[in-house]
Amino acid sequence: MEKITEAVIEADPKLPIIRMTRDFTATPAQLLRAHTDPELFAQWVGPDALSTRIERWDASTGGSWRYVAEHDGTEYAFHGCFHEIRPDRIVQTFTFEGDPDGVALETLWFEDLGEGRTRLRAQSLVDSFESRDAWLRSGMEVGVNQGYAKLERMLADGTV
Amino acid sequence: MVARLSEGDATVSQLAEPYRMSLQAVYKHLRVLEDAGLVTRPPGPQPRSVRLEVQALDLLDVWIERHRSRVEQRYRRLDAVLATMEGDEHGEDHGGGHRGRSEAADHPDDP
Repeated sequence: MEKITEAVIEADPKLPIIRMTRDFTATPAQLLRAHTDPELFAQWVGPDALSTRIERWDASTGGSWRYVAEHDGTEYAFHGCFHEIRPDRIVQTFTFEGDPDGVALETLWFEDLGEGRTRLRAQSLVDSFESRDAWLRSGMEVGVNQGYAKLERMLADGTV
Repeated sequence: MVARLSEGDATVSQLAEPYRMSLQAVYKHLRVLEDAGLVTRPPGPQPRSVRLEVQALDLLDVWIERHRSRVEQRYRRLDAVLATMEGDEHGEDHGGGHRGRSEAADHPDDP
């Protein structure tokens, strides 16, 4: 099987869904824990552990979560519900509080590839193509200074 | 860079300015964009400008690539966290890994 060492993203042409696939050197259990243990999650979800403040976190079927990310003095809050948590999947809702009417239904699958590797597949379903485009485009608001900065860094350090 | 070029043609040094990156890195990035047909460098007076080929630019593709890049950076941080985890027991975590001075969650995005 081909290894997917870099995130692959696909926007479905017929449904307002974004799909993502990536392989990790970890067991499904470890990957699940990195998504459900709030201290671990806060370490990687944002660019800086100190910038992500977990406000509510009940990582169980029917539980809910909320966290606040701080960047340059501005806070961005996100919340949702853990609809279902199983060893091989997480189903949850996701809302950016800056767009409180928007809600995404997200499913993450942890597929055991053996030899200590796991494939993460994720899909995010939003309620319209406009929402999806706005969501993808939202990165544009970061402005020219931030635009493509990451890709450039990756190019600069030879990782692309 | 694409966003900057959408405002008008620019020289390589103008493109490099906001990013505090080496010209070499900018050229490398431009080659990627050129190969993708997104930018051209029409012949003319030195220094040559870089031009965005608007008709070739499918914004959705650009947005998806930007999004992908953000997701990939996040998952590199997850790689680093996973590397600190012991088997399936609750080992101590040893702090995060890469701390790229990247953007924050400035957009609704996949957790």
